[in-house]
Amino acid sequence: MNFPVTEEQRMFLDSLRGFLEKEIYPHEAETDRAGEVPEELGEHIKRRAIEMGFYAANLPESVGGGGLDYTTMGLFERELGKVSYGLGGHLARPTEILLACEGDQVDGYLKPCVTGEKHESFALTEPGAGSDIMSMSTKAVADGDDYVINGMKHFISTPCVPDFAIVFAATGVDDTPRGPRKRVTAFLVDRGEKGFTIQRGPTCAAQRAYRTYELSFDDCRVNRRQILGEEGKGLELSDKWLGMGRVWVAAQSCGKAERLLELATDWAATRKQFGKPIGSFQGTSFKLADMATELQAADLMTMHACRQADNGLMRPEDAAMAKLYASEMVGRVADHTVQIFGGMGLMEEMPIERLWRDARIERIWDGTSEIQRHIIARSLLRPLGA
Amino acid sequence: MKVLVAVKRVVDYNVKVRAKADGSDVDLNNVKMAINPFCEIAVEEAVRLKEAGTATEVIAVSIGDKACQEQIRTALALGADRGIQVETESNVEPLVVAKLLKGVVDKEQPQLVILGKQSIDGDNNQTGQMLGALANMPQGTFASEVVVDGDKLNVTREVDGGLQTVSLNLPAVVTTDLRLNEPRYASLPNIMKAKKKQLDVYSPADLGVEVTSHLTQVSVEPPAERQAGIKVEDVDQLVDKLKNEAKVIS
Repeated sequence: MNFPVTEEQRMFLDSLRGFLEKEIYPHEAETDRAGEVPEELGEHIKRRAIEMGFYAANLPESVGGGGLDYTTMGLFERELGKVSYGLGGHLARPTEILLACEGDQVDGYLKPCVTGEKHESFALTEPGAGSDIMSMSTKAVADGDDYVINGMKHFISTPCVPDFAIVFAATGVDDTPRGPRKRVTAFLVDRGEKGFTIQRGPTCAAQRAYRTYELSFDDCRVNRRQILGEEGKGLELSDKWLGMGRVWVAAQSCGKAERLLELATDWAATRKQFGKPIGSFQGTSFKLADMATELQAADLMTMHACRQADNGLMRPEDAAMAKLYASEMVGRVADHTVQIFGGMGLMEEMPIERLWRDARIERIWDGTSEIQRHIIARSLLRPLGA
Repeated sequence: MKVLVAVKRVVDYNVKVRAKADGSDVDLNNVKMAINPFCEIAVEEAVRLKEAGTATEVIAVSIGDKACQEQIRTALALGADRGIQVETESNVEPLVVAKLLKGVVDKEQPQLVILGKQSIDGDNNQTGQMLGALANMPQGTFASEVVVDGDKLNVTREVDGGLQTVSLNLPAVVTTDLRLNEPRYASLPNIMKAKKKQLDVYSPADLGVEVTSHLTQVSVEPPAERQAGIKVEDVDQLVDKLKNEAKVIS
C-alpha cells in the first residue's frame, strides 16, 4: 500500500507483519482443512498477542486497551484481512459496545475481555432476521426485576466458544410516525445460564476455521442489571458497532486483495507459456492493472472513512461506500487471481482457492452489498423527502 | 554496564534487489528498508543483557542520512534506551564507519560494543574487526553465545569446523552470527514509548573524523541467470556429461 504512515504506524506494521508471518501463516492451510483451530494453538496466539500489546488494541487505554485511533486500527484490520480469521481472531478486538458497561458490568464483562479472560459474542442475526433486523423474533419479557428471554440467534461468529453473548431482543413495541417499531434491548447473557444453549452452527465455505454458533434461549431468565446500555436503546448501540465494523470489513478486504495481487503478480512474472512470462500478455497484465487500480481506490475510501471517524465526522454512507466497494473489489481480485493461476488457482495445495472462498463472505457479513447500497441511496434521497 | 549497539539501514531481506539500468549501483528507489538482520540480533542481545540486569543502558547508533533515524527508532522500540545518529550523506565504507564508531566509543565509554558480523548489502564483514583494532579492544566475532562473567566476557564463536570459546577482557567488541538469538518483534506499548526516547545527532566533525573514500564502486550487475537443467537418459549419459561437459570427474 502506498499510503503515508507515521513512524509509529510503520513500526507497528513491521512488528505486526513479522508476528503474523511467524504465528499465523504457517497454520492457515491446516486449520482451514480441519475446519477449526486447536484450542492450544488459539491460546498460544492469544498469549503472544497479549505480550505484544496487540490484544484489545482497539479499546481505550483507560480500560487497559491499546488506545489505537481509527486510522491505525484500519491499518491493523487491513493486515488481519490477509490472514485466516479463525487464527487472526485470537488477536481479539473486543466490540466497542462493551464500553457501554456500567457498574459491576465493567469488571464482569468489559475488563475480562480486554485481558483475554473472557470472550464475547455479538448476537444480533437470526434465521428470520438477517438484513431485516426489525423482524427479529427474540423477545425479552419483563417479570419483576428479571427479563425472560426466548428466541434464537445464528451465524454468531467468534474464534472460540464465547463466555457470554451480547443478545439483542425485543422488549416491546413503540408507536412511531412511521408505524409500530420494536424496542430492542441489549442483554449480557453468560454461558451456562439456565435456558441458554450454545451449539456449533453449520459449516461455512468461507473462513472454515472461523466458527459460527447458534444460540438459543428457552425461558432464559436474566436480571435487569444485565441490560447493556439502556432498555430500548439496543439498536443505537449496535449501529455504533456496525458502522465501524463495516469499515473494518473494507480494510480487511483491501488486505486480502493485496495478498492476492502479490501472488498473482509474482505468478504472472514467473510462469512461462508460449516461451514468455504470462504477464507479458495483455490478457494477464491488464487484469493486474485493474486489480491494482481498484485496490488503491478501495484503500483510499477506507482510509478516508477512518480519518473521518478519527475526527468524529464519519457518516453512515462513508462506511457503507467503503464496505461496498472494497468487498466487491476483493471478489473481483480473487476471481482474476484464480484465472491468472489457471488450474493451480483451484488446487488446495495453493492458498488461492482458500482466499477466493474467504473473499466471498466479505460481500455478505456486516451488511450485504445490497444493504450498503440501500444506506447510500437513503442518504441521497431521504433529505429530499423521498 | 553500558552497551553500544550499531544498527545499519539496509534493503529489507525480503526484497529482491535489482541493479540500476546504468549499472552504477543497486536500485533503492521505492524499496523497503529495514534494520540489517545481524544488527537486529545485536540489539536483541543487548536488550537481553539489560533484562538480565547485566547491562544498565543500551545505546543504538546508526550512521547515515536522516532516514536511518527510522532504524534507530526501531531499535528504541525493541528496547534500546537512547539513540545516536552520526549524520552523513555519503556512502561510507567500513573503515570510515569504524572510525566514526570509535569516535562514539570515546564519547560514551561503553563496556561492550555489539555489531552485526556483516550487513546484508555490502557483505563486507570488516567493521567490527576494524573497530576492535582502532579502539584497542579485544574482539569476539561471529558470536553464537555471549556470557558475561565478572569483568570478562566469554564469547562462543562459530568458526569453520565447530565452535570456539574465547574469554575477553571488557571493554570488548562482539559481532553477532545468525544463531546468537531470535530477535523479538517490538510490542505496541514499546513502539509508543520509542518516540519519547532521546536521539542525539552528531556530525563526523563532532567526532573528529574526516569522511574520506578509498574505494570506488566500478559497476553493479545481477548474478548470471541459472540455466535450466536437463534430464539424462541413463547413468552412462550422466557419467559422460559429468566427465566431458561439466568436467567434475575424470
